Amino acid sequence: MTEVVLLRGGRVVDPSQKLDERLDVLLVDGHVAKLGKRVSAPEHAQVRDCKGLVVTPGLIDVHVHLREPGEEHKETIATGAASAAAGGFTAVCAMPNTDPPIDDPAAVGYVAAEGRRAGAARVYPVGCISVGRQGQRLALVGEMVESGAVAITDDGNPVMNSGLMRMALEYALAFGIPVADHPEDLGLSATGHMNEGLVSTRLGLPGKPNAAEDIHIVRDLLLAELTGGHIHLQHVSTRFGVESIRQAKARGVRVTAEATPHHLILSHEAVDGYRTEAKMNPPLRCAEDVAAVRAGLADGTLDTIATDHAPHHYDEKEAAFAEAPDGIVGLETALGLVLTRVVGEGVVDLAAMVDRMSCAPARAFGLPGGTLAEGSPADVTVFDPAAEWTVDPKLFRSKSRNTPFTGWALVGRPRLTVVGGRIVFEG
Amino acid sequence: MTTPPAALGKDLVGLEHLSADQLRTILDTAEPFKEISERRIKKVPVLRGKTIVNLFYEASTRTRISFEFAEKRLSADTVNISSIGSSVAKGETLVDTARNLEAMRIDMVVIRHGSSGAAGFLADRIPSNVINAGDGRHEHPTQGLLDLLTIRDRLGRIEGLKVCIVGDILHSRVARSNIYGLLTLGAEVAVCGPATLMPPAVGELGVQVFTRVEEAIEWADVLNVLRLQLERMEAGYVPSLREYNRIWGVSNSRLAAAGRDLLILHPGPMNRGVEIDSDVADGPHSVILNQVTNGVAVRMAVLYLLAGGQLEKAEAAKQGGEP
Repeated sequence: MTEVVLLRGGRVVDPSQKLDERLDVLLVDGHVAKLGKRVSAPEHAQVRDCKGLVVTPGLIDVHVHLREPGEEHKETIATGAASAAAGGFTAVCAMPNTDPPIDDPAAVGYVAAEGRRAGAARVYPVGCISVGRQGQRLALVGEMVESGAVAITDDGNPVMNSGLMRMALEYALAFGIPVADHPEDLGLSATGHMNEGLVSTRLGLPGKPNAAEDIHIVRDLLLAELTGGHIHLQHVSTRFGVESIRQAKARGVRVTAEATPHHLILSHEAVDGYRTEAKMNPPLRCAEDVAAVRAGLADGTLDTIATDHAPHHYDEKEAAFAEAPDGIVGLETALGLVLTRVVGEGVVDLAAMVDRMSCAPARAFGLPGGTLAEGSPADVTVFDPAAEWTVDPKLFRSKSRNTPFTGWALVGRPRLTVVGGRIVFEG
Repeated sequence: MTTPPAALGKDLVGLEHLSADQLRTILDTAEPFKEISERRIKKVPVLRGKTIVNLFYEASTRTRISFEFAEKRLSADTVNISSIGSSVAKGETLVDTARNLEAMRIDMVVIRHGSSGAAGFLADRIPSNVINAGDGRHEHPTQGLLDLLTIRDRLGRIEGLKVCIVGDILHSRVARSNIYGLLTLGAEVAVCGPATLMPPAVGELGVQVFTRVEEAIEWADVLNVLRLQLERMEAGYVPSLREYNRIWGVSNSRLAAAGRDLLILHPGPMNRGVEIDSDVADGPHSVILNQVTNGVAVRMAVLYLLAGGQLEKAEAAKQGGEP
């Protein structure tokens, strides 16, 4: 049966077409059929009044952990995809650091199939760079791409062996996929639990210095330059890292990079009191780093906002700081946080936000979407930019509740998420 | 009848957030308790009927025994739990241990734990008073207090003194408690040691940093010499204990260069011939054993104050009055 959705009278913000005006959007059979001032509703159309709402190309998060297979008590592909849809995301890229890791074509196929079965946000599998994420030998990159992998990464771990990273960048050239790296020199940071600085000294917690991240960012940039490969730097958190990427882009290096909502908003002060819900990797850094990440997002040095959605069971976070795992959930707070604390504070405007959360991620990972041009996939996010709400983790669709933003008052929340022309979330 | 506000609040997790008045109250309260340990029958009924658990996740001799003596001399009922052979060794989480203690209606818990923040974690989750007996690299507040008391005993004041902590500052909870307590009471504080054993941004805590022990000795009135653990050498922070002694060891010949007497503290246990030479440790300006004696008095004072006692009533409490 033909599915027809008409989004009536919303403010359409689509930087891919330099659009920012009130338009109707007609979606037919999974594609954008028409944008216009006054589109008449076909028979059987599901019409949604979008007056006062913003209509954008579907948001894409290129960095999430869905924990399946192996840690289904934290999240499953189904709950993660539902959490994404509820957060306004139409597509997510699932990191391969599961148990077992996603390092062969069968495992990639499993994630893709479970993602389709979930019927919420699209789930794109990301494969491992190395077999078993062991950092020794290249995984079956070509076959994983044939099974649906859109990128490779050993995320959670850095690739410590520079020779392996070089080979990954070279080998990936044949498939046109980015090699994503979690930049961290473990020799400097493996014992650390938070940013190295005054707060870590006061709390008596071993730190991770900025240099641990900087060294690998610079190394990866050099290797991308050497090979002509596409490096995608994950969750950039340091001022030197941002500046290095800026300079590399000016030299023509093929690099894309992420900023997370938490590194755009919080500093290491948030850890004070041993708050395990603010424990993450890379750690929250100092105020100068937050300012640099913001500036990098604003000038496009950092291409994408990615949540690094990292669910953990409450038992695991309710522990002494050193024993608690890294990471926070992010899919259902990202849009509200970015609208309130990034757009709301003038770091970027709405069009730039849509670029960083939809168009740029689609370009960086070669994904469908990121545009509402006629004929493109009907992946659409509709949000209310004025809706005031308070973050209550009990209401998350995600299985996990680990967030440092509990109780935060935010302005702006998703109202409608459409994937392939089908409404998958309405709130 | 109204009860005046408790001098310390529910717990003693660290010295960082205590005021000068609170620190002085603890030290002053320790004074009358010193005498108990000098009696033939070392027992007063101050904490009669109170149950205290000494929960030690790390090996400890001095601190655990000091707390236990303090508790017993105040007539509390005490139970010792060490990680070996207890539910802790069977994988029970800290939060579950906390809930079990709460269910047993324990009045106070003294906790030693390898993780920074563990004492505060427990304090936030149970209604009992919690005393931090050392949590990771964070704080060891009763050690800081007994160091303060010992310095005050010998030199008559804290304010205006120059105190240098020498050694492994990075891994030391004793260093942090000393820094906070000394600064709050108006001392000037410095730290000295190899840069590999210095925490980042330590200067921002308000202390001076020396990398050579000769400079520290030149500057200081008091040296608090920290133990250098063998593991630090194994982990590569210093190349060898012999070299550490040659360059950072506190010896009589180095002290003589100062041309005046420095008071010498050490939290123990000592590595003679590594961070401190025997002639210094056993010399006339060493107050290392006074620290141990004062440890019991300071811990009595903390137990008494957390149980709702007041400085003014400490003398009467010793005679059997209500705490």
